[in-house]
Amino acid sequence: MAHDNSYVDKKFNIVGTRFNRPDGIDKVTGKARYGADASAPGQLVGKVLRSPHAHAQILKINTSKAEKLQGVKSVITFEDLPDLTGADQGMADILENCMARGRALYDGHAVAAVAAIDEQTAAKALKLIEVKYKKLPHVTDVDEAMLPTAPVIHDRIFTRGVEPKPTKPSNISSRTEMGNGDVDAGFAAADVIIEHSFKTEQTHQGYIEPHACLASVNPDGTAELWVTTQGHFVFRNVCAGLLGLDIAKLKVTSSEIGGGFGGKTHVWVEPVALALSRKANRPVKMVMSRDEVFRATGPTSSTSIDVKLGAKKNGEITAAVAELRYQGGAFPGNWAMLACMTAFACYDIKNNKSIGWDVLVNRPKVAAYRAPSAPMAAFAVESAMDMLAKELRMKAIDLRLKNVAREGTLAPYGPTYGPIGIEDTLKAVKAHPHMRAKLKPNQGRGVACGFWFNIGGQTSTDLNIGVDGTVNLAVGTVDVGGSRSSLAMIAAEELGIDYENVKANIADTTSLGHNDMTEGSRGTFSSGMATIYAAREAIEVLKQRAAKTWGIPLEDVSWEEGHAVATGKGHGNLPKLSLREIAAKSGRTGGPIAGHNEVTADGAGMGFASHICDVEVDPETGRSTIVRYTVVQDAGKAINPDYVEGQFQGGATQGIGWALNEEYIYGDDGRLQNPGFLDYRIPVCSDLPFIDTQILEIPNPNHPYGVRGVGETSIVPPLAAVGNAIANATGVRMGHAPMSPPRVLAALDALDNAG
Amino acid sequence: MSKSTLVSTTVNGDAVEFACPTDESLMTALRDRVGLTGVKEGCGTGDCGACSISLDGRLVCSCIVLGVEAEGRTIETVEGLSQNGVLHPLQQSFIDHAALQCGICTPGFLIAAKALLDRNPNPNESEIRYALAGNLCRCTGYDKIVRAVQATAKDMRKKGRS
Amino acid sequence: MRYETPASAKEAAGLLKKEKGAAFLLAGGTDLLVKLKMGIVEPDLVVDIKRIPKISEIQSSTKGFTIGAAVSGAELGEHAGLKKAWPGVVEAANLIGSDQIQGRATLPGNLCNASPAADSVPALIAAGAKAVVVGPLKKRTVAVEKIVIGPGKTSLAKGELIEAITLPKAEPRSGDAYLRFTPRTEMDIAVVGIAISLKLERGVIKKARVVLGAVAPTAIVVAAAAKAIVGSKLDDKTLDKLAAACSAACNPIDDKRGTIEYRVRVAGVLAKRAAKIAFQRAGGSL
Repeated sequence: MAHDNSYVDKKFNIVGTRFNRPDGIDKVTGKARYGADASAPGQLVGKVLRSPHAHAQILKINTSKAEKLQGVKSVITFEDLPDLTGADQGMADILENCMARGRALYDGHAVAAVAAIDEQTAAKALKLIEVKYKKLPHVTDVDEAMLPTAPVIHDRIFTRGVEPKPTKPSNISSRTEMGNGDVDAGFAAADVIIEHSFKTEQTHQGYIEPHACLASVNPDGTAELWVTTQGHFVFRNVCAGLLGLDIAKLKVTSSEIGGGFGGKTHVWVEPVALALSRKANRPVKMVMSRDEVFRATGPTSSTSIDVKLGAKKNGEITAAVAELRYQGGAFPGNWAMLACMTAFACYDIKNNKSIGWDVLVNRPKVAAYRAPSAPMAAFAVESAMDMLAKELRMKAIDLRLKNVAREGTLAPYGPTYGPIGIEDTLKAVKAHPHMRAKLKPNQGRGVACGFWFNIGGQTSTDLNIGVDGTVNLAVGTVDVGGSRSSLAMIAAEELGIDYENVKANIADTTSLGHNDMTEGSRGTFSSGMATIYAAREAIEVLKQRAAKTWGIPLEDVSWEEGHAVATGKGHGNLPKLSLREIAAKSGRTGGPIAGHNEVTADGAGMGFASHICDVEVDPETGRSTIVRYTVVQDAGKAINPDYVEGQFQGGATQGIGWALNEEYIYGDDGRLQNPGFLDYRIPVCSDLPFIDTQILEIPNPNHPYGVRGVGETSIVPPLAAVGNAIANATGVRMGHAPMSPPRVLAALDALDNAG
Repeated sequence: MSKSTLVSTTVNGDAVEFACPTDESLMTALRDRVGLTGVKEGCGTGDCGACSISLDGRLVCSCIVLGVEAEGRTIETVEGLSQNGVLHPLQQSFIDHAALQCGICTPGFLIAAKALLDRNPNPNESEIRYALAGNLCRCTGYDKIVRAVQATAKDMRKKGRS
Repeated sequence: MRYETPASAKEAAGLLKKEKGAAFLLAGGTDLLVKLKMGIVEPDLVVDIKRIPKISEIQSSTKGFTIGAAVSGAELGEHAGLKKAWPGVVEAANLIGSDQIQGRATLPGNLCNASPAADSVPALIAAGAKAVVVGPLKKRTVAVEKIVIGPGKTSLAKGELIEAITLPKAEPRSGDAYLRFTPRTEMDIAVVGIAISLKLERGVIKKARVVLGAVAPTAIVVAAAAKAIVGSKLDDKTLDKLAAACSAACNPIDDKRGTIEYRVRVAGVLAKRAAKIAFQRAGGSL
């Protein structure tokens, strides 16, 4: 059955209200099971030996003593993970990232692994593995890695996107350029030009639940994997590929996930656990320690960015250029390219150019972190906007409104915008009472905007109606933030029944077709769309059964508010049939009633936001305190406003941590010095005020309810919102994030000395 | 392999015995020996509060208590908060206020919030925030968690419940 | 790993003395168990003192306070008399970690872990606290500043442990305060810590003790800083002298928590703020 994904304006009964989430009781009682909460009979404990060097040749690995230790059941190195990736370099990189193949590429890179009968034995076994390393020169800074003198990490990397093609390998995997118009002409026409350079340090998604899985491989090639993941179908495909298993024979069940934010979209210990299990012929449970999570999973890029803006006296920006250098860790990535796409996305600037450099360093392989690459670019561009406004003697918000992108604006990365919400969010910010609140001494207020594309992607959903009229909704997108509630609400809305009668579950990989990851803010958007279609298919079946029961043509049956209604001449005496009544008879009218849908959800609506931040800076210590924060974001349609607000607040808080205190600290030896929550400082409860939210709804024309993704945009504005607030509080422009107390104090000193 | 120690303790009102190595944490003993996986490991070093329990009435991180220290003591975990299928007001409030998203930190927060309200039934916002500073949450920004605790405190004072 | 629960401090001392392998005391465990988890220590013996009778009691008398070695930070914070007499000591102890840590952390533990950044140590020193040290054969009482001799090192001999911390009676018109700098509001290790204890006579500072933490291998008593404020009512010039003396006394390192420059600077800033608080607590008016 073909489905139309166009937005239809209508009144909702359930969607848009606030319902309690179905998984709430399990989570507040401790019953919910996460990655580390499963066990299997005979299970072994898996542990990984990791490189203590940032870059080293692995000359020899001697596992014999470990293998002989009583209680050790398997020991593996890369030799137990043969390279089956063929010509797929991306998969080869994943394989090498999971287990070093002759060379350790970063501090924490997995070198070997053991499975033993208990924790203590596994720890002892690791100590018995002898590894002979030859240290190699390393580089961990993105700018240093681009110098011709930098040690080259992979000699197969020749920069793509550069003419003529380089003859020598380097750490620059690609150069991207995009934009519109003629920036030179634009700058020539400008009355005022602002140029500034920015640096952001590496941060981690910081989910509280470490990676964990329970793997069990059988001699016949069937296997099971219980895992905390943002996408069990993708994990299945990747693990099957790396281990040479058949996809259908690897059953992956996603546990509840204790936070992901993009960091659980990749495999690290999972192929290792499967390989250990295969060799030991027993289930293997692997749970990462916190320091392993920081050292050896997928943090985001550290960056170095230059921005140049030119404008006429009236505030019209005539040219904008950004050069963005992003490191992707020890393997090539597309992070700078993504940054190019987002840098000027909030504005209608006819002449714009973004150049991105994707760079390798001896750090862990970067993974997506909530609107990947956008927060850093926004830090630079939104800070520069404030600097430009100051030069023009314009209000920062008015400069943004003057240049704001609208429907019909050509986006810097190609498409033309449909209806979008950035202007609405700016106007809402301008009108918001927060903007009129009085500021105290040492306080300042900053505003910043943000954008994220959001994505659609492959989705498969099953809706099954029980004989008592209650409904099972099986979805394949992992629930990271409450989507089970939203999806149940959508199903109930479509079917016209009570929310309590729909139970949404995340099905395992043997029960549904492929579902892409829960990332790109696609969970509610894509599964929501598939749920709508599945429900509409089920309604067709319900109508058919009613028609059969009444003995009337199908065209004379309509579905209204949870009932089949006989329309047309002569049927007025037929009483309505409820979903429950039809379901009760289903065994006799044709069998179980269900609706099913596979869709590659398309037309994800872009999410725009504007934030307001009030900060108080202690001028004697440089310490900043967030005293007030407001998020205004366009959600398209908020299915469950509670969970939309939660996304706004959570994303904003991660951005605030990134702005103030979070950073990876590497020593000169290339080792990570702060792989723990003590010294990797995420915001704690007492660091923050309440975070006010305002949900705007500019419907996405490509979704039946107008839904846009909401999960990511809110992490994009905070770095600049905080930076602009600090600038307004103190007069100093911070170009280096995090804007920690020592950096701010040094900047204050410099300002004092200069003036 | 050295012999484990037999520990007799009280967990959520029930007499419980388990055997664990002397260097095993109470968190691991509760999870792996007693089967109470509501106690979560977020860091293993007392920095995140996900493993919070009440030990002899005191809020502690079970990851930095030895399993053998539980001998003769009283332990409360999240599994003991509800009574006869009735949720504790804090548990209900967290659901009602959408104070959880992924939920991994929720058991720890519930234990910590209960410890706060047990000693201070009328905390102001700042007192709530500082009492919960030992519990990290990465999903919510703490906003709805604080509101849930405030609402519960108010409700419990009204009903005269302790 | 062997685990013992002796019934007296003397028995604990004997166990420690006898042990040929690596022996550790366990009170709150907030340092020991972290080190155990991280593989930094591999104890052969752990001696848990918490079952010793009266080890978790706070006794107050006309002479002052005796705080048993297993008294937790939370219990310190609940003791009205102690909070009134030595608010600086209590607030310092209560700054260690979260409420969860407070449910376990002890003063001797904080002291003997001997981190340069320990929060309670500067305040204990400023207050004139003493440690009651028990060995297998004898007991001795020693000023707390003599216990820590370097990062992670104490002057305790093998077989010695601290049974209690004593604080003198608070003199009339005295006040103490502890401040520290951390990037977040909680959960961080101090980048700079400062404790000031002072006594007034006719509204003027008669006696003072200024102790810095986290800016040297051990907590340091800054005599010059105390001298700077004695005889004053903390006018601006005096405060500047105090700040300068504190900054000058710093001998910090650059590490992931702070640079030398930043610590030296903030030591002076906090000194002024702590002095004002102690002064007001002593009944002084600014």
